[in-house]
Amino acid sequence: MAAETGGKIDPMHQFLIEPLFGRHWIVNGYDLSFTNSALWMVITVLSLAVFMAGGMKRELVPGRWQAATEGFTGFVQNMLTSNIGPEGKRFVPYVFSLFMFILFANVLGLLPFGVVPGWHPFTVTSHITVTGVLAIISFAIVLVVGFGRHGFHFFSLFVPHGTPVLMIPLIFVVELMSFLVRPFSLGLRLFVAMTAGHILLKVLAGFVINGLNLGVGYAAIVTLPSFALMIGITLLELLVAAIQAYVFALLTSVYLNDAVNLH
Amino acid sequence: MDAEAAKMIGAGLAAIGMGLAALGVGNVFAKFLEGALRNPGAADSQQGRLFIGFAAAELLGLLAFVTMIILVFVA
Repeated sequence: MAAETGGKIDPMHQFLIEPLFGRHWIVNGYDLSFTNSALWMVITVLSLAVFMAGGMKRELVPGRWQAATEGFTGFVQNMLTSNIGPEGKRFVPYVFSLFMFILFANVLGLLPFGVVPGWHPFTVTSHITVTGVLAIISFAIVLVVGFGRHGFHFFSLFVPHGTPVLMIPLIFVVELMSFLVRPFSLGLRLFVAMTAGHILLKVLAGFVINGLNLGVGYAAIVTLPSFALMIGITLLELLVAAIQAYVFALLTSVYLNDAVNLH
Repeated sequence: MDAEAAKMIGAGLAAIGMGLAALGVGNVFAKFLEGALRNPGAADSQQGRLFIGFAAAELLGLLAFVTMIILVFVA
């Protein structure tokens, strides 16, 4: 829940990055403190490790847990083979890690840890520094794979087949721009989708609290509808958390397809 | 007009863009359903393209949101 400052509820407070327990650790003028963002990344990775360890027992007849884990791996593998072809299997480890990390980070950020006083969940993916780095890793892999496989022939990606000679300079520039803007759009989409959803939830939470403080009449008119809306928006946000993780992995595999097969 | 007021009006105007992106996203899914009901056999194989179209339409709406946030908190 957002911090209350003089009756006004600040929906942006949840995105504040602060060192745990207020302890700074400064090395040569750089602040290397263990922040709440880092803590939630560790929680994400740990819960992911537990999820995978429970599902990798290789039982002959899969139990529920193993079936869930196999569902995710099969899903990612299917996505890669249908987008890239048989060579897509090489990218399963990377795209699977990416998909699961984003999915777990998104969903963990929505969990109601706010019921514990003094705690609030932190959505790692609601900062462009995090999503931007993930997008740059994807983009770097596309470049390495593209130039590694095709050498300078990779530049033919920017001139589609059948382009009239007269149009080549223009098309090349346009395609180059659309290629270079990919990491920005990839990182920006995830960051903004998570930020917008969480701000909306906290604004509605502010309506609920303020309505309760104003008395029974306002509570009936303001708090009840806002709370009902919050439940609906929370369900929508769970959907968005899954869709954004899927879209990030899907676009990564589409870009990898360009690098592997040109077009 | 006060500069602060102009910023807030600009942020409000940027919200129109999000409504237009909603039209776009609705259009993507509507057309997909329209096609999928005509040929359900081919629908599953096109789900990837559906989400690429959705992502492209959604991104443009999110850019309106970024404009809004920049106007209110940064500019």
